Amino acid sequence: MTLVISLMKILIVTVTLLLIIAYLIYFERKVIGYMHVRIGPNRTGPRGWLQSIADILKLLIKEIIIPSSADRFLFLVAPLLSLVPALAAWAVIPFSESFIIADIDAGLLYLLALTSFGVYGIILAGWASNSKYAFLGAMRATAQMVAYEIAMGFALVGVLMAGGSLNLGVIVESQSGGVLNWFWIPLFPLFIVYFISGVAETNRHPFDVAEGESEIVAGFNVEYSGIAFGIFFCAEYANMILIATLTSIMFLGGWESFFAGTSFLNGTIFEVITEPNIFWLAVKVSIFLFIFFWLRASLPRYRYDQIMKLGWKVLVPITILWIGVEGAMYLAHIGPWKIT
Amino acid sequence: MTIKHIIKTLTLTDIVKGLVITLKNFFTTKITVQYPEVKTPLSPRFRGKLALMRYDNGEERCIACKLCSAVCPAQAITIESEEQTDGTRRTTKFEIDAFKCIYCGFCEQACPVDSIIETDIFEYHMTENEQRIQTKEMLLKTGEDFRERTLTNKIKDAQYK
Repeated sequence: MTLVISLMKILIVTVTLLLIIAYLIYFERKVIGYMHVRIGPNRTGPRGWLQSIADILKLLIKEIIIPSSADRFLFLVAPLLSLVPALAAWAVIPFSESFIIADIDAGLLYLLALTSFGVYGIILAGWASNSKYAFLGAMRATAQMVAYEIAMGFALVGVLMAGGSLNLGVIVESQSGGVLNWFWIPLFPLFIVYFISGVAETNRHPFDVAEGESEIVAGFNVEYSGIAFGIFFCAEYANMILIATLTSIMFLGGWESFFAGTSFLNGTIFEVITEPNIFWLAVKVSIFLFIFFWLRASLPRYRYDQIMKLGWKVLVPITILWIGVEGAMYLAHIGPWKIT
Repeated sequence: MTIKHIIKTLTLTDIVKGLVITLKNFFTTKITVQYPEVKTPLSPRFRGKLALMRYDNGEERCIACKLCSAVCPAQAITIESEEQTDGTRRTTKFEIDAFKCIYCGFCEQACPVDSIIETDIFEYHMTENEQRIQTKEMLLKTGEDFRERTLTNKIKDAQYK
């Protein structure tokens, strides 16, 4: 019975996620269009709502060209290797107090393991393509992801110290009781560092040197066509949603309401908005996804050495410093976390 | 790396400034022109598809002087001529290769009898390779079909020439 329920949950999460990805692409094009003072796609279907469906159909119909000098097996396995971790990571994400696929204690560790696994898909894609541009893109992506993984991991150490658990549900619960209890205030530098590293980790603008259209064409996925390319695309967006969700869970109180802990609403009809709900998680995730697109519309691509410098010389020291500060705060009994 | 610089970069001041600008644009009125339904205004001097004109009595203007063909930088115009029964010189072949034509308008300026002119038509296409050759008949037909519109444009533009 539990197996059936788990399978149902997996199905619900995966299908919803894929639908969200489809419409996220539409949303991205609209947001960036609006920021360019354009109106974005509006021709396919009413207001362009069928644009993503048309894109997917186009990719499905197109031929998958495999270069003759490519390693056939790895070439075809690489897209899957990047998509699978991006989807598998959702297993431990708590969507609400009760809805979670696998409520394991080492959830955070599992996430760290799986998000770093995603880089293999990119390395293999670049290697198996047997193309200069793809290989350069893969090299860049690898170095960048490995570098930012560290800053990300250290930022999570801060959350782990504050939440006192590796279980994501427990981390959210330890942030209950209003906006001021969320970890983004005591861990503000880590919050910023985590989100910046997340943007770099997903190879999104302004850290998208792995694609770098202007110098290496399309980076690691230059030889991919049709749905094989579509899968890489899908993985990138799944990772984006994952980063947005993780940031919401660890720093913005997950499913906790923005209005929780406001006593003046008690007894009125607005009391319902103070209750924790999956809706609040969706709102927070949407805000972060909007920031992803906002950054893409605003900032030019960083130079490669600037990215490395930012990762190693700025973000990593900041996180280490703040972990020290947090330890001092913990000893001095400052901060919202429950001291055991 | 002064202290000021370090503070400026760590607080992400410049990035926030940039983000504010894009957010302002996000809420401004969009300037997109929904092309097939809405069109941008065209200047009367717009140089589009070429056409051959006739006199009001229906006689062809072209006298086969071949000045247009000579001035054409893309060498898109091919002309062959013969003496007609009434003693006038007329073209027997007047062809423009639409793929070669660069719409520079030199032919129009060179023409002593205002025979070859440029209309303001820019929305046309061909589906087969051989359709790129605009024959004399086709050019004359374009001239007739869009006569009024083209003449209005030429009159409007004349005062600025």
